[in-house]
Amino acid sequence: MTAPALQIAGDLRLGGQTLCPALNLTCPAAQWTVLLGPSGVGKSTLARMIADVPCPAHLTGGITASDGKPLDGRVILMAQTDQLLPWASVLDNVTLGARLRGQNPDRARALDLLNRVGLDGYATRRPATLSGGQRQRVALARTLMEDRPIVVMDEPFSALDAATRATMQDATATLLRGRTVILITHDPLEAARLAHHAHLMRTDGLHPLPLPATAPPRALSDPATLSAQADLYVRLMQVPA
Amino acid sequence: MTRLLPGLAALAFALTLWQAIVWLTGVPHFILPGPARVGAALLNNAALLVHQAGFTLANLGMGLAAGITLGIASALNLAMSPAARVLLRPLMVFAQAVPVFALAPIVTLWLGYGAPSKIVMVALVTYFPVTSAFFDGLMRLPPTLDDLTRQMQAKPLRRLMLVQLPHALPALGSGLRLAAVQAPFAVIIAEWVGASKGLGHLMLISNGRGQTDLMFAALILLASLSLMLFLAADRLARHWDRRV
Repeated sequence: MTAPALQIAGDLRLGGQTLCPALNLTCPAAQWTVLLGPSGVGKSTLARMIADVPCPAHLTGGITASDGKPLDGRVILMAQTDQLLPWASVLDNVTLGARLRGQNPDRARALDLLNRVGLDGYATRRPATLSGGQRQRVALARTLMEDRPIVVMDEPFSALDAATRATMQDATATLLRGRTVILITHDPLEAARLAHHAHLMRTDGLHPLPLPATAPPRALSDPATLSAQADLYVRLMQVPA
Repeated sequence: MTRLLPGLAALAFALTLWQAIVWLTGVPHFILPGPARVGAALLNNAALLVHQAGFTLANLGMGLAAGITLGIASALNLAMSPAARVLLRPLMVFAQAVPVFALAPIVTLWLGYGAPSKIVMVALVTYFPVTSAFFDGLMRLPPTLDDLTRQMQAKPLRRLMLVQLPHALPALGSGLRLAAVQAPFAVIIAEWVGASKGLGHLMLISNGRGQTDLMFAALILLASLSLMLFLAADRLARHWDRRV
């Protein structure tokens, strides 16, 4: 699996209204592109469009992969809610994709992924018996199980407590290595830790954001990470002219 | 035990009130028999009551089985096929607007005084609530789960069986509760319209003969059967509610 780069172009429009004009975004292959921005600017909408989930908005340009092949079936969306089936076991949730397509689920691989997200021994548990962080780990294992080269994450950690969120960020950065990731977030620290490239999405368009020169995931204790976070905060609070 | 106790207390209170009304008003026993008299009628006619209740209960069971099975199959079919929805949904709405109980004389005319007319009435009355509740549940998949199945390129039948159906079980449970409430009405009305057996039939003839105590005994037996049927449906529905 070689992950392609993504090119996103055009105005993001909803009805007659332009949410975000003149997008011209390149998401480099096998790297994390983070979109940071205030609510209502169309971040989630854009995430849904990339993942080809139905949404009322449309993009005047288009979304293309660098290898020229269609995106169909090569993108998976990890949403803010874990979308776990409450009546199914953790293992059945992780293997859901294969079962929905009528394929034989690879249980060994599912168990290995559960192990890698830190849920060894949880396979037979029901989602209701898990904590929020554990549930999001199951969702991560389910996303990895799909093995798609492009992963779109729409604020997947926003409902978690600070410590759990930081742990999940580290785990996700490791487990998604080699894939092209587009992460939607409104958390400057998350952007400062995880992004190879970050952009501020506002009603007047996309603005590239400065990041430390080190490779992500950047340590929480690194002063460069924290100063990048502060800088992103300031830019996030600036109102478009 | 803690749940049974208040029920028993309420029952004792109701029986006392009933007996008090009979004593205080001095109403003749062929108009309103007291609980002791009805209890005696229950015991003295036990064999007759059990025999008649057996006929009613058998028809009730077969009608419920047919109505529920057909209802579940119809809902699944409607959920799978847009063509079936276009063709059948207006018919379903129309059929629900018709008071099904009013069909009892016609059903009896066509199928006679025996068991078939009772079974068909129960099936008719239970079919619609089960179909409509289950179908609504199948179609009301939360958008997040809908997105997920789309992302995973689910096959329609797999999506139905693995996601839509388990999600719709509480809705099916509500349909079954309704069916359990309506079904005893249906079987009794069918027996009133024309039957030679059954608790409803027994109520009619004992009423005609002035055996009000026997009529009350049949009524109490019927009420107990209906209550047990509802409790069974409710238990199943609660079990499904907990899973989702």
